[in-house]
Amino acid sequence: MTTMSAAAPQVAHERRRARLKTRLNLAGAGFVTPFLIGFALLVIAPVLYSLYLSLFRTQLIGGTSFVGLENYTQAFTDPKFWSGALRVLVFLVVQVPIMLVLALIAALAVDSGRLYGRSFFRLAIFLPYAVPGVVAVLMWGFMYSDRMGLTGYVNDLFGVQLITPYTRQWILTAIGNIVTWEYVGYNMLIFYSGLRSVSTELYEAAAIDGAGQMRTIFSIKLPALRGSIVVATIFSIIGSFQLFNEPNILKTIAPTIVTTNFTPNMYAYNLSFVGQQVNYAATMAIIMGVVTAVIAYVVQLRGSRQEF
Amino acid sequence: MSAATPRLARKQFTPLRPKKSVGLTVVMLLFVVYSLIPLAWLVISSTKTQDALLNSFGLWFSGKFAFFDNIVWALTYEDGIFVRWLLNTLIYVVVGAGLATILATLAGYGLAKYDFPGRKVVFGVILGAIAVPGTALAVPTFLMFSKLGLTNTMWAVILPSAISPFGLYLIWVYATDAVPTELLEAARVDGAGELRTFLTISLRLLAPGVVTVSLFAIVATWNNYFLPLIMLNDPKLYPLTIGLQKWNAEAVGIGAQPVFTLVITGALLTIVPIVIAFLFLQRYWQTGLTAGGVKQ
Amino acid sequence: MKTNIARALAAGALAALLGGTLVACSGGDTDAAGGGKSDAAALDAALKKGGTIEYWTWTPQAKDQIAEFEKEYPKVKVNLTDTGGAGDSNTKLQNAISAGKGIPDVVQVEYQSVGQFQLPGYLTDLTQYGFADLKSKYTASTWANVTQNGGIWGLPQDSGPMALFYNKDVFEKYDLTVPTTWDQYIADAKKLHEADPTKWLVNDTGDAGLATSLMWQAGGKPFKINGQKVTINTDDAGVKKYSDMWSQLIDQGLVGNISGWSDEWYKALGDGTIATVTLGAWMPGILTSGAPDGAGKWAVAPMPTYDGGEAVTAENGGSTEVVPKGASNPVLGAAFLRWLNSNEKSIKVFMDDGGFPATVADLHSDDFLNYKSDYFGGQQINKVLAAAADSVISGWQYLPWQAYANTIYTDDVGPAFQDKSDLYAGIQKWLNDNVKYGKEQGFTVNG
Repeated sequence: MTTMSAAAPQVAHERRRARLKTRLNLAGAGFVTPFLIGFALLVIAPVLYSLYLSLFRTQLIGGTSFVGLENYTQAFTDPKFWSGALRVLVFLVVQVPIMLVLALIAALAVDSGRLYGRSFFRLAIFLPYAVPGVVAVLMWGFMYSDRMGLTGYVNDLFGVQLITPYTRQWILTAIGNIVTWEYVGYNMLIFYSGLRSVSTELYEAAAIDGAGQMRTIFSIKLPALRGSIVVATIFSIIGSFQLFNEPNILKTIAPTIVTTNFTPNMYAYNLSFVGQQVNYAATMAIIMGVVTAVIAYVVQLRGSRQEF
Repeated sequence: MSAATPRLARKQFTPLRPKKSVGLTVVMLLFVVYSLIPLAWLVISSTKTQDALLNSFGLWFSGKFAFFDNIVWALTYEDGIFVRWLLNTLIYVVVGAGLATILATLAGYGLAKYDFPGRKVVFGVILGAIAVPGTALAVPTFLMFSKLGLTNTMWAVILPSAISPFGLYLIWVYATDAVPTELLEAARVDGAGELRTFLTISLRLLAPGVVTVSLFAIVATWNNYFLPLIMLNDPKLYPLTIGLQKWNAEAVGIGAQPVFTLVITGALLTIVPIVIAFLFLQRYWQTGLTAGGVKQ
Repeated sequence: MKTNIARALAAGALAALLGGTLVACSGGDTDAAGGGKSDAAALDAALKKGGTIEYWTWTPQAKDQIAEFEKEYPKVKVNLTDTGGAGDSNTKLQNAISAGKGIPDVVQVEYQSVGQFQLPGYLTDLTQYGFADLKSKYTASTWANVTQNGGIWGLPQDSGPMALFYNKDVFEKYDLTVPTTWDQYIADAKKLHEADPTKWLVNDTGDAGLATSLMWQAGGKPFKINGQKVTINTDDAGVKKYSDMWSQLIDQGLVGNISGWSDEWYKALGDGTIATVTLGAWMPGILTSGAPDGAGKWAVAPMPTYDGGEAVTAENGGSTEVVPKGASNPVLGAAFLRWLNSNEKSIKVFMDDGGFPATVADLHSDDFLNYKSDYFGGQQINKVLAAAADSVISGWQYLPWQAYANTIYTDDVGPAFQDKSDLYAGIQKWLNDNVKYGKEQGFTVNG
């Protein structure tokens, strides 16, 4: 990255360069070290500790004992864990593309310059991102309720049960809607920033070729956004696998639908803090971490290789 | 990094730009309505008494205009604990997000501009950490902290938020382009120390990136829920998010006191400062993000 | 010693003045001769010496009770931490215990969670402080809740004998009779919902607390705890009885899909959407604060029974304070606890703000029984509720991991409520899940 410009090949100069190199190494390490210390203590250590914990079992009666990989075999055959994992996978496959496409459309529209009051749009769509997740769920939770929220009024208006967020068929959609609302603006901004940095010469060339708007979008803008799309996708995937706040808060309203193992994260939380099964919860956290990392890695690989 | 020039250039040379479209604007207005309806609901609901809240249409005013009563109530309920939560949140944000920004900036800059041994390994590990779910770390972090006696202290919230791998990544990307290596070399020739160069020259060039990172760190800390939820016992240490959820939970169980109005008014008060922060720092984070988006 | 006698005399006189039963007090004195006295004296000495204690609770009256306490014992400072609710409180206590740091001196625990903390040995046995002398003060069912495995682990704070709370207006409008049996209740539920499909006699979304209380009322004893040996009877007759009754409501679509304690629930209690609730005697406080619109409409009647005949009821909710091991000031903590849940002033503060007591004397005092509730249109509700307290079936035991069992209850029976599938099958699954969990946690379970 930092190629030093070649200088005159004199011995003294070489020596000075070597000394400089050492100094620079030290300086570079000095800049990075504070972060690394924190990183080691607050990220690496908990990961290692999780691994350690996952090899033991602590019982209310009988204390702690080493169980090897038993927690892992248990997790791999635990239907409660896999039903939650499957649910977040479905969520991911459906919600993430919808949210990202919406964000992309919004970013393209804002970037197109064809909107009246462009900065208003940009800001208004982004605003929900500033709302804490808890607050967002509390708000939507109120609005969803059939007898006093907005859905009740909509249903009364049409005279049928048109919107029923708290049913098994719709709960995931209802959660997806909250998540989309929270993050679509954030993703729009990432895409928009990507679009802003597209070199103007490309547009000029396209204009000279007589390319229409759609062609410009597909042949210039989207390819230029590839990096941003990969980043946004990875973050959305990580977010989906971590799904917790939304279902956990909605659980108080719809307990029969949002089970304690609705998402792997909720399952781990309930196991460790209500069920006192910390070791098993740590095991699940590790499995989910590995799955997430693998999927994120695959997306990154595909994203950087394939053209859109 | 002046944003004005290219925009001007685009206007002149792109024939695709000129016409404003009413159709597109209307379609996008629907989008905006979707984004703003819950916020409108929140604002309107915060003007209602609990009775009206439970018994009236959510998107229009009803009954007594209780907005100011609600705010006073929220600020004084349970001996004014909301103010305490607000101050706590500010401390978490200033210290936590502040540390996160400083550490990420130093490290991102170091990784971008110095070719020291082991750099690639360090970068790979940190990048990998972005993919580790934060909540996967929460339980072991809690157990570690409880062994160290750090649970139920402010540090339990501050320390974990001080490390931001994503922030480091953003600064690294940003610094690569924004701080010309030639400039650093020139400074070296002049005999300036590395830290001094960083403080006097590089930091200024990095400013938009730093603001972006700090803003994301602020939002992350302001919205932090899971970590304080498990780390803190004492309501006097709660940040706003946990405090609001506590009020919400007061509707449950024997001796329940449903205070939905307070939850709503409190939620509104929680949002306002962060929205203001965003509006004020708009110019910076947009530039910063642009750079983050280019490179990948 | 002299002061102790003086104090005992004074306390006796005070109790007599307040209408308490002298029998209870003198009985206590004779018991104490066995040697509990010097232990109780240790508490008195601690109170006199003073100090600071940490008290965790979610009781709304706690602040006023502490103020009263500190007035009486100015040298003692009580630091109050409001834990917000039972669920969070259990988690916090468990966390503090596993951290071994920041353990409170006194903490509120639901009756159903006493075992969870007692069995692993996290609680201080209060027998050593002469608490056995206080036994006669409390109702048999609440005392049973704080004593198990040969120790006394707390003092009852409140109780929740169950009763039927119903909306008179709705009952009159739809010509419903106040049910005395569950069969009548089901008939009412049908009549009401058919007359107006937006109205429900009952709401339930798989609430474990309600279900276990109704099993209790049916004479169910699915759980037997003997130290670390737990028996889970999956064929319990009472459980079946409950399931048969409740599934009639579910199968006919008569159960409103509104979760207890949600915003919708409060609204529905206020506007007549839900016409009855069968919950603990603490319910009047909830109605008053949460459903002000229902004022004047609600009334209370004895809980419907399974077989008619004699009134039979169960407990629903309620909690005790305990002294965890590892507390920094356990003696003073125990002294505070004793004051908190047995001192007349403290109990008065508790009751004045809507708390339902666990103390026999207070439950039978004239003031209490003759109280006319404005919210209930002048009904003397405590007569019904106190009678309920006297007719609680004995013998019910909770699991040592009841809090966890309750959270997974809804998982297992949820399908029954959602799809009208077999409720009994859901309960069976739940019982079996508990057998599995108990074994995983090292208990001897012979389900």
